[in-house]
Amino acid sequence: MKNGNIIHVKNLTKTFGDFTAVDNISFQVGKGEVFGFLGANGAGKTTAMKMLIGISKPSSGEAQVAGFDVKSQAEKVKRSIGYMSQRFSLYNDLTIRENITFFGGIYGLKKSDIKTKSQNLIDELDLHDEADKLVGSLPLGWKQKVAFSVSLLHDPQIIFLDEPTGGVDPITRRKFWEMIYREAHKGKTIFVTTHYMDEAEYCDRVSIMVAGKIEALDTPKNLKEKYKVESMNQVFLKLARNIE
Amino acid sequence: MKRFIGFIKKEFYHIFRDKRSLFILFGMPIVQVMLFGFAITNEINNVDIAILDHSKDANTKQIIDKISASKYFSIKDFLDNERDIETAFKKGEIKAVLNFEKDFSKKLMTENQATVQILTDATDPNTANTISNYTSSILSSYQELLNKDISIPYQIGVQTRMFYNPELKSVFMFVPGVMTIILMLVSAMMTSISITREKELGTMEILLVSPLKPFQVIVGKVVPYILLSVINAIVIILLSIFVFSMPVEGNLFLLGAETILFIMNALSLGILISTVSASQQTAMMVSLMGLMLPVILLSGFIFPISSMPFPLQVISNIIPARWFIIILKGIMLKGVGLVYLWKETLILVGMTLFFIALSVKKYKIRLE
Amino acid sequence: MILELKMNTIRYIIQKEFKQIFRNKAMLPIIFVLPLIQLAILANAATFEVKNIKFGYIDNDKTSLSRELIEKFNASTYFNVLTDFPSHIIADADMLEGQVDVVLEIPLHFERNLLKEKKTDLSVRINAIDGAAAGVENVYVNRIVQQFNQKVRTELLLVGENINKLQNIATIPSFWYNETLNYKTFMVPGILVLLVTMITLFLSGMNIVREKEIGTLEQINVTPIKKYQFIIGKLFPFLILGLVLLTVGLIIAKLLFDIPIVGSILLMYGYSIIYILVILGMGLFISNFTDTQQQAMFIAWFFMVIFILMSGLFTPIESMPNWAQVLTEFNPIKYYVQVMRMVMLKGAGFSDIYQQLLKTLAYALIMNALAVYSYKKVT
Repeated sequence: MKNGNIIHVKNLTKTFGDFTAVDNISFQVGKGEVFGFLGANGAGKTTAMKMLIGISKPSSGEAQVAGFDVKSQAEKVKRSIGYMSQRFSLYNDLTIRENITFFGGIYGLKKSDIKTKSQNLIDELDLHDEADKLVGSLPLGWKQKVAFSVSLLHDPQIIFLDEPTGGVDPITRRKFWEMIYREAHKGKTIFVTTHYMDEAEYCDRVSIMVAGKIEALDTPKNLKEKYKVESMNQVFLKLARNIE
Repeated sequence: MKRFIGFIKKEFYHIFRDKRSLFILFGMPIVQVMLFGFAITNEINNVDIAILDHSKDANTKQIIDKISASKYFSIKDFLDNERDIETAFKKGEIKAVLNFEKDFSKKLMTENQATVQILTDATDPNTANTISNYTSSILSSYQELLNKDISIPYQIGVQTRMFYNPELKSVFMFVPGVMTIILMLVSAMMTSISITREKELGTMEILLVSPLKPFQVIVGKVVPYILLSVINAIVIILLSIFVFSMPVEGNLFLLGAETILFIMNALSLGILISTVSASQQTAMMVSLMGLMLPVILLSGFIFPISSMPFPLQVISNIIPARWFIIILKGIMLKGVGLVYLWKETLILVGMTLFFIALSVKKYKIRLE
Repeated sequence: MILELKMNTIRYIIQKEFKQIFRNKAMLPIIFVLPLIQLAILANAATFEVKNIKFGYIDNDKTSLSRELIEKFNASTYFNVLTDFPSHIIADADMLEGQVDVVLEIPLHFERNLLKEKKTDLSVRINAIDGAAAGVENVYVNRIVQQFNQKVRTELLLVGENINKLQNIATIPSFWYNETLNYKTFMVPGILVLLVTMITLFLSGMNIVREKEIGTLEQINVTPIKKYQFIIGKLFPFLILGLVLLTVGLIIAKLLFDIPIVGSILLMYGYSIIYILVILGMGLFISNFTDTQQQAMFIAWFFMVIFILMSGLFTPIESMPNWAQVLTEFNPIKYYVQVMRMVMLKGAGFSDIYQQLLKTLAYALIMNALAVYSYKKVT
């Protein structure tokens, strides 16, 4: 573990009526780590993540993110994290620049900061021609890039990515992961959910959720050795089959 | 065909799974019919008025008693001088003041003539006019009482017979209107929103690339709403018969058929709206802003069409609700059949076909 | 410094909302043009005046006196004399078809009876489906017949007969604030109120739930924005929009309809701001409370129809049953219609509308507190 842990999760549970979406999970994420949060659709990944980013109240258990309790200090948690969801929630009817300004603004950045940051961002992503176009008119891959960059605006310590690469081609996905790595190298912690098992190989450690529980948690290498298989995909299939 | 039925089933599940929307769709029309059926009336009753009596003698007392005994008025206040009138009107506490002149009885005896001034707050002209008419008629019946010993020669009496609604119940006027408005808005709004919703969520494209024909997709989306609207219509008709004692003088079967025709009309209008709007938001605003007031004001629901300026009478012809209200009143109150209502029925059929044809055309243009 | 930061956050939301409103080319005409066209056109439709009455007659007498009576109806501006029916069977059929609303039947020997027996009767049939109109039609018919009667009587009577001994109570009607009983004076402010209310309620009602549906609300929920900042940021653009609409509407009222604006414009705007906040709070509450735009719009529609029809704008509140009158206490449109009419037409001042103002203010506080409360950043 580099520089200690930044996410602590202990016995975290979320129930909706009779249904237990997240069942008593515990884990830690280290600072600067790229942490993969894997699972089939409906396994409870997104629900678990929503508790960590403070928009869903845990039914029981506790979690600390960036040193703050997600139950009692949710708003402080939010200052320290960036979030990008599978729906890349930018406003389609605003331009890239306007989206950046808006989110910068509600994170309380200063006007001058927003200006320089958005310029940097546009330079970095090489979006000079598109900066004043409506987001709705951009291809999906670009939207995802912009959404990722917007989640970094306020310089968060941890970035939560919920299936960030859904629906795009392998090349775009690769490029996206390059961006993720660049941020990880800057010391940011990345918490990413995905159901692409090849992406799991890029993570420092992965956890695999099945039916609300974490069934495995280790580095991809160790997991493959443990289950004596070639790829993370096979690890996942084995685990899923065991449960059923 | 099998696929088509499967698709309709899916639409049903869609609607019936959403308990909250279902509750809204069925509950709201019932609440509205009950509320409006009881509460909306253009009769003028219990109007708050004030008295300014400069005489306070036997005659004015008798007149005031008569006024306060009438169901039209309730005496809220007795004023002392003219200055109070303005204040009371401005506060909106009273709608009229009866001002009895000084020495009322004396003048009546000696000069055979005394005067009452009826001051009304005419910001509401209808109420003001009606108050003025009612007061006059109370006063003239009092006058007849005074003169009952004197026989007046050469009298022309008027025997009035009120047809179709002898008790002048305003319920008969409003229940068909309320029914029409609710069916129109609910049906048009539901379809336009549900179709644009698919567009917005991108699921419309998926449906369109499926082996279903575009026509089937639209019909499939509309069928469940036809059923919903028919159920709503039945409930509303039952309420109007059993709660508001509306008669159904004519053929119940014809009533049902015409209602279905009107529902189809509203639904096809909804489809048309959905073809011209790209988002749910636009569809909703068009069907709410575009339909609500025109349907309330130009259908003859509250305001008589024959009193409107000529251009508006012409415009009112394109409001489907206008024709359905005539049909409803015809069947329910007058007991007439298609012999009398064929024109209105044809107009509704024509409008429905027009809406459908126009939607198909718009739709094709978009697909090409 | 901290306060400034808070204000800043709100400012960014406001900016964003305005951009989104003005960028939606399909919505702009619906928001700004459609309501004003409706005001200009529909205000002419809302009249309870009964005129152009479809009138027919059956003249069984065919004397100079009967023709004279029919001529009186012909001369009246209320009646369109349409048909001379040969029998009441045909007249009844026409009434069933809706061709005629009032039928006057003059009996055989009308003239002879009046002259000989000094008394005669006419019969009138009225289509009474619209009960109120039928009542008015009856009044008009009676008035014409009475005038005719009086004229005939003075012509026939010999001087000095007992008619002069009759005691007579004269009534002098006096219509305040609107001498000509112009319906537009009454309806234009009311319809303007409805349009402002509809636009602001529907737009605010759809607003948050739309972000929920698109997914952007979640993105906002992970930011440290305060609930009240979010709600204020959402309220403000629509408040401005409502006020702009109101202003253009008032200009139309003045220029096109020549509606008097007697009272204080400042008071009118002051009240309007509080009122629009009630509606917006309600809209945002609905928006927070629902899951889809469809649900939100149905609920907004439900309340809108109730508010409109029970506002006293089209039909009088006093005539409603008591329980319904109690319900109207919760109808914000009722207060707005009252206040606009009082201030615009009668020149009512602060102390006159004090009560409505207080109630509306309380309403605004409650609705907006609910809006803030119901906005859940955490589920």
